[in-house]
Amino acid sequence: MTDLTSRRRFLKMGGAGASILPFLRAMPASAQGSDTLVVVTGATINSLDLHRTGTSRASYQVGINCYDRLLTFGAKEVPGNGLSYDYTVVEPELAESWTESDDGMTLTFRLKPNATFWDGRKVTAADVKWSFDRAVSVGGFPTVQMKAGGLERPEQFIVEDDETFVIQLDRPSKLTIPDLAVPVPYIINSVEALANATEDDPWALEYLHTTPAGSGAYKVARWNPGEQLVYERNDEWVGGSLPAVQRVVIREVPSPATRRALIERGDVQVAFDIPDKDASELAGTLDVFSTPVENCIHCLCPNFAFEPFQDPDVRKAIAYAIPYEAIFKAAAFERGLPLWGGAEEITDIAWPRKTQYYTDLDKAKEHIAKSGHADGFDVPLSISLDLASWMEPTALLVQEALGKIGINVTIEKIPGANWRTAVLVEKRLPLHLENFGGWLNTPDYYFFWAYKDGHLFNSSNYRNEEIEALVDATLHMPMDDPEYAPQIKRMFEIALDELPRIPLYQPALNVATNGAEGYEFWFHRQLDVRVLKAV
Amino acid sequence: MLAAAPRLRAVLMRLAQAVPVVAGVVVISFLLTRALPGDPAVYFAGVAADEASIEQTRVAMGLDKPLPVQFVHYVGDLLQGDLGQSLSSGRPVATDLANRLPASLELTLTALFLAVVIAVPLGVLAATRPGTWVDHLCRVLVTAGVSLPTFFTGILLIYIFYYLAGIAPSPLGRLDFIYLSPDHVTGFYLIDAALMGDWETWRGAAEQLVLPAATLALFTLAPIARMTRAAMLTALSSDFIRTARAAGLSGGTVLYRYAFRNALLPVVTTLGMVFSFALGANVLVEKVFAWPGIGSYAVEALVVSDYAAVQGFVLVMALLFVTLNLLIDLLYTVIDPRIGFDAQ
Repeated sequence: MTDLTSRRRFLKMGGAGASILPFLRAMPASAQGSDTLVVVTGATINSLDLHRTGTSRASYQVGINCYDRLLTFGAKEVPGNGLSYDYTVVEPELAESWTESDDGMTLTFRLKPNATFWDGRKVTAADVKWSFDRAVSVGGFPTVQMKAGGLERPEQFIVEDDETFVIQLDRPSKLTIPDLAVPVPYIINSVEALANATEDDPWALEYLHTTPAGSGAYKVARWNPGEQLVYERNDEWVGGSLPAVQRVVIREVPSPATRRALIERGDVQVAFDIPDKDASELAGTLDVFSTPVENCIHCLCPNFAFEPFQDPDVRKAIAYAIPYEAIFKAAAFERGLPLWGGAEEITDIAWPRKTQYYTDLDKAKEHIAKSGHADGFDVPLSISLDLASWMEPTALLVQEALGKIGINVTIEKIPGANWRTAVLVEKRLPLHLENFGGWLNTPDYYFFWAYKDGHLFNSSNYRNEEIEALVDATLHMPMDDPEYAPQIKRMFEIALDELPRIPLYQPALNVATNGAEGYEFWFHRQLDVRVLKAV
Repeated sequence: MLAAAPRLRAVLMRLAQAVPVVAGVVVISFLLTRALPGDPAVYFAGVAADEASIEQTRVAMGLDKPLPVQFVHYVGDLLQGDLGQSLSSGRPVATDLANRLPASLELTLTALFLAVVIAVPLGVLAATRPGTWVDHLCRVLVTAGVSLPTFFTGILLIYIFYYLAGIAPSPLGRLDFIYLSPDHVTGFYLIDAALMGDWETWRGAAEQLVLPAATLALFTLAPIARMTRAAMLTALSSDFIRTARAAGLSGGTVLYRYAFRNALLPVVTTLGMVFSFALGANVLVEKVFAWPGIGSYAVEALVVSDYAAVQGFVLVMALLFVTLNLLIDLLYTVIDPRIGFDAQ
């Protein structure tokens, strides 16, 4: 795309008449019309194809803005924080309607008859099947995410006719429908992709990496990796109401200080994913949205492979020693939600929830005295240098607090490239900070990844037979099943008593706007530019 | 024929000498990247990857093969001019470098030009008037230049000229989004825009260059000014200057034809060093000004253990330095005809 897009072609893409790019020389940056928005972000978009190995998180936004899924989520108000997607409301995007068989094993989707790809070709069930086949076949992250919804093999996807697509499940699951609305199962123009596929590359990974071929609300007009991505509206879009903004420019600005200067001056309209500190300082002057990230918890994790942490009293002593409030102030600048000082009795199935723990040194000392490690011990506390903005202040406060109960903590900083290997794959860090968040917003899904033995985010090497059984039982169970709530409550009770992960607080995603409105938070933590408007 | 053209012969000799250097760089960069901590397969397999998908990624990346086999593949590709595929950008490393190297070079060369224009006259003035206010100004500027870290100077300049005064353009990289980048010929926006005759874009690119180039210039100014001053002082106190003065030559002739020319050698040497240093060290400037240069590319590649990108970067830098050293050696002979290639 970068090298191929000539100046001339780009101008043509700009469309006719009024929509010509504001590259008109005399126009100062601050005076651009309401048809262009500029967004700054610190992250790099390194691919236009989410299914490719090595695609960065920031690139997922292309999957969201340029491609359609069968389904999407509705929106809801978050008090004081603008809009958020609504996990409980599923809406059609490319599907016009869908039905579920009585046994819940067969899902039948009717596609919108007027949906077309950018090249004008009609979207057919064959495109949906090809795209789903691709997601379950290419391996890596897309395949894992599809599996979470029970979508594992190409044979499960059936083309009934041009406008009817059927999914055959191995077992009914409440996660299937939401999993169709995450960024991964997007629908690709299979004819265009196949025309550019090769024998070595049957899924056209090389082609779609630089050239999206979708039906989504925006096309990519220009992409300079490491610099910018320019979205251009697709006026034929039928997946939702037509976006208000003709063109959105995503600019990569690595330095947070520079991003802040730009948004404060109003030369850019949206600063996406700004540091907590900037969010709290800008909140007085700009529109700042700090939405608590659903199903995400910043935790301190004692690893069960490390002998002292096998002692429940040691873990409880730590949970009572942690200075939660100070951490929430120093590491999160009070963006997000506190997760301490809740009721012991579990009456609902909301997750993340406030734990029954709070800062009480006397209780902490009682527990450590009862444990087999009354004289204390030495332990390294590991943090990732990539996540130092919250991990470093947190670690320092934890170090100081644990020192008071005789646990001598040394802070070990691990380079970003090693972090995942050490913490999630080898699970070898005795005490560490962790920040898993689940895309699908149900407690069982969080527990599946973070509390089941051997699963990726269970970095504490925790194993509890009852939790194993409860997660297996609840993972696919509908949430209105009478069995569901009691089992989830039991899960909470065990996890919060045994404390393989000690919740610290729920983090927030911060976005500042200056001249734009309509921002909506999404679980994938990327910017949905389709809903933005200029003011 | 070669015997008849000693300079050409010498250049060819120097190029031949560069071959083992480059070969050494290839081997060392390969080994060093493999010695980096971190497992790229885990990193690139993605957020929710399990054991199986990590293994799939490892095989896809060719990392399951033993090191010697990987090396043979790497050298084989290299001989065909293929620097490999960067995992993080997903594009050929050669393409990435071709896009980013000109950005860095444009910034560094502009900064160096600025630095030389200020530092050399300043150094000369300071040497001819030691102890006066010019000398003190030179000292203050030089001390400030080296002691202020570039990211700090950069943010300070943005704060004053963009945020407060509003006279600098948005620090959004090489061009504001309202311009389109000029057609790629050399990759230097100033040159490409001039070639197209698109003077609006040229102005836009030049405006974007001012702050980062000034930041970098302030940093590189110090060694050049100090070296000019010191070399000039030595030259001015030499016997031949005293003789020239005694012979009644005019002050200007003494200063420029005799003293300055003799003082130039160490200045050019310093310039070469400063250039190579600045090209690598402007990562922080690149970050602050969102400049898509080669330094930030290399750092990002290092962080994620993107082997091909790191190796490509090291190799290109090595080639650049070999060329640069050759150019500087050639410059010596121009400045001082007494230096012949035979002596080396």
